[in-house]
Amino acid sequence: MFAYIVRRILATIPVMAIVALFVFSLLHLSPGDPAVIIAGDTATLEDIARIRAKLGLDQPLYIQFVTWVWGLLHGDLGISIFTNLPVSKLIAQRVEPTVTLTISTLIVSVLAAIPMGVLAAWKAGSWIDRVVMVFAVLGFSVPVFVLAYLLIYVFAISTDLLPVQGFVTLSGGLWPFLSHLVMPTLALGMVFAALIARMTRASMLDVLAQDYIRTAQAKGLANDKVLIGHALKNAAVPIVTIIGIAIAGLISGVVVTETVFAIPGLGRLTVDAILRRDYPIIQGIILVFSAAYVLVNLLVDLSYTFLDPRIRY
Amino acid sequence: MTVAPIDLPLLSAPAKRKGGLRTYFRRHPTIVIGAALLSAMTLTAVFAPYLGTVDPQALSPIRRLRWPSAQYWFGTDMLGRDVYSRTIYGARVSLTVGISVALLSSTIGLSIGLVTGFSRWTDAVVMRIMDGLMSIPPILLAIALMALTRASLENVIIAITIAQVPRETRLVRSVVLTLRELPFVEAAYASGTGFFRILWRHILPNALPTLLVQATFTAASAMIVEAILSFLGAGTPPNIPSWGNIMAEGRSLFQVAYYIVLIPGVFLSVTVLAINLLGDGLRDALDPRLARRM
Repeated sequence: MFAYIVRRILATIPVMAIVALFVFSLLHLSPGDPAVIIAGDTATLEDIARIRAKLGLDQPLYIQFVTWVWGLLHGDLGISIFTNLPVSKLIAQRVEPTVTLTISTLIVSVLAAIPMGVLAAWKAGSWIDRVVMVFAVLGFSVPVFVLAYLLIYVFAISTDLLPVQGFVTLSGGLWPFLSHLVMPTLALGMVFAALIARMTRASMLDVLAQDYIRTAQAKGLANDKVLIGHALKNAAVPIVTIIGIAIAGLISGVVVTETVFAIPGLGRLTVDAILRRDYPIIQGIILVFSAAYVLVNLLVDLSYTFLDPRIRY
Repeated sequence: MTVAPIDLPLLSAPAKRKGGLRTYFRRHPTIVIGAALLSAMTLTAVFAPYLGTVDPQALSPIRRLRWPSAQYWFGTDMLGRDVYSRTIYGARVSLTVGISVALLSSTIGLSIGLVTGFSRWTDAVVMRIMDGLMSIPPILLAIALMALTRASLENVIIAITIAQVPRETRLVRSVVLTLRELPFVEAAYASGTGFFRILWRHILPNALPTLLVQATFTAASAMIVEAILSFLGAGTPPNIPSWGNIMAEGRSLFQVAYYIVLIPGVFLSVTVLAINLLGDGLRDALDPRLARRM
């Protein structure tokens, strides 16, 4: 068990190494001189030379790589071209709203989707099942930013119930904090909840067909005990797996949601960086988000042994 | 990284059902609805110039921000351009991106997946690279690629394809790994069938249904990614009326003229819905085991 945990943690190193190698080579994969592309159409020769020196592009490739990785290992993600501030500092400043939004979306969609999936599987073929499946298909089909604008139209423009945009920290008061979070969470959580509900339903249907469920029902165990204690517990592994995989989509969605609701998080930072072609920021954000994804999936893998004692390594 | 066990359509022997097309449609209503919606959208895209549209780029400063009316069905935007014409022409961009990315990434994923499914050495190397690429959220990967090139429709397609290929490869590989262990493949080997003939006659046809279903979902997600890229300013150039671009332009005016954002948004959602329904229906039809569950 312990050996497995160590091996699993070590296995994330090559994955992150590939991500780092890819992020590094991004600049060099581009057709043409990266300094010219970053500088943009209106740049002078001096601008291009300045950017080239700042990114170390005048050095040989292997020296650039070694310097860059050495910096990474020391938490140095480079210097922003536009603001001249360290990228790690810029990311640290913006991380709070993004983490808040991601966690609230995770909580809300898991709490909504798992009961939906369980009910749909239990009452398979009934109107409840149909409603859940329609929700799942719609959830997949309405893109996060379209849903976000529909919500703004309903809750902020025609009814004025919720603030249109912005972010308030918890220290700014509970209601301002929550009210700014409702619409982004709903918009971002829809796809996620649809996916989890669907996976929960599928996984529960498999488990409910097992003999031990019939045994539990036959011995007169209450429905809720069968569903939650016996069935959901055994259906948990695929559900947790899909949550881990879907985190990638959630991260992509955060970038868009923050743009629509003008939330000053990592997503905004990304979009501003794209518009200014501030490449060190884009690289830093990709590294941070990918690391988060790898970390979440590490936790998911490690959770299997706790969810299902039959899984041994 | 552990991947959820995938049920593969190995049992998808195309059982001939009696009763013809009508029974078939009654059995798989989602295919019919999806296909009908998608055909309508495709016809709209193809015949865009004949559907009462004007030049989608034509500026008309005196007719700025007119609300939807009999003359301007979907209103006009802040530069006086006709939102109806722009939305109709936008269908061309979305469908082009969806279909191109689905075709390209399926082909590339199929080629890499077939090789890695049969060669242990390549498998170890290629799949580690794919694992790394899959840890980068697809939209961020596409954004990073777009930030390095000039905005154009071709570059958008290439960027989204690169972001999709790891997923396709993994799928093809898992199908091939299961198929090659099956008795009929072994029998083909035993009777002296050549490697490429086995690939072509035995592996490929059995992998196609799964790949086809995956291609529909790839097309749907490619359309969403294209719209998001354009919406964020990293997608198709502003002179192409894509749905994402129209929404991005209407963004700052949402409070006064929400139709500019909502109309292309609804078109995008309906198109994606059509493809998802088609994909769900195809999976149900081609893969009876999964159909029962999902």
